[in-house]
Amino acid sequence: MLERAIILAASAIGAGLAMIAGIGPGIGEGYAVGKACEAIGRQPECKGTVTSTMLLGCAVAETTGIYGFVVALLLLFVTPNMFLGKL
Amino acid sequence: MDSINITGARILFEIPVTDSFVIKITQAQVNSWIVILFLFILCKVLTRNLKVKPESKRQLIAEFIVEKATNLVNENMGQKFIGFTPFITALMALSACSSLLSVFGMYSPTADLNTILGWSIIVFILITYYKMKGGFFKYLKGFTQPIAVLTPFNIISEIATPVSMTFRHFGNICSGSVIMTLVYAALASASALVFGWLPGALAKFPFFQVGIPLVLSAYFDMFGGILQAFIFAMLTMLYISSAAEED
Repeated sequence: MLERAIILAASAIGAGLAMIAGIGPGIGEGYAVGKACEAIGRQPECKGTVTSTMLLGCAVAETTGIYGFVVALLLLFVTPNMFLGKL
Repeated sequence: MDSINITGARILFEIPVTDSFVIKITQAQVNSWIVILFLFILCKVLTRNLKVKPESKRQLIAEFIVEKATNLVNENMGQKFIGFTPFITALMALSACSSLLSVFGMYSPTADLNTILGWSIIVFILITYYKMKGGFFKYLKGFTQPIAVLTPFNIISEIATPVSMTFRHFGNICSGSVIMTLVYAALASASALVFGWLPGALAKFPFFQVGIPLVLSAYFDMFGGILQAFIFAMLTMLYISSAAEED
């Protein structure tokens, strides 16, 4: 019973820690959007190009956050079953 | 109060080929067949009896879509790759419609890793094909650039392309569906707490689930889904055209 509790608690804590990865993309995307707003303010006629480039850049920047999310999902749904089966 | 239930695609039925090898048909597959059927019927309806001078609204819509798609491919890949328009449009339509299925409460095929992994592998094969077009040995030599020590890193970055494309699309859609499930559960328990004193069946009715999830649903299901479809198509175009430019 104790082992079970430790495994479940450790996976939950690990999943929570993995989601700290969300900070990086948040800061990065905020910076990118801010710069895009500046660019649109300077040259409003380039709005379409700037917006689509910014969205593409944001998508690439958020990859690390998505990796964190995938690791959290694995910790929540895959790891407990894997280890509980062995007990 | 029911427990929060977050699952992947459920297996609907199984086709046994041999004793050990069983093909499992999941919700994701069936729902993507529905999407394919829908898109097929849509294309058939839109392109029925075309005229040189468009008379019907249907033909105008079809021409608008084709013109927009051709312009997008032309802008991002150049005139040389204009033949990629149907492929890119198909990817985009499939991805967007699959993500929009969750608006109707169905399991969206893009929340399953396997669906997007399939698309990414197609894109990866195309990228490799265009890189190899300049010669197989030149392709192999490209891994040792700029110095030979970097070869393992170049191989990793080559493999990371389809993996990151897959995880980006899957992560966005899947995180949306996980958050929506959590929000629904939270709203159900909140309304049980607030309206629990009402008599009879009214006490169990989740009042907060009416209307409030609409805002989140508009963001995660519609905006997120369409944005990811656009980004997937955009990255496909960029990777393929940059792979072809190298030779």
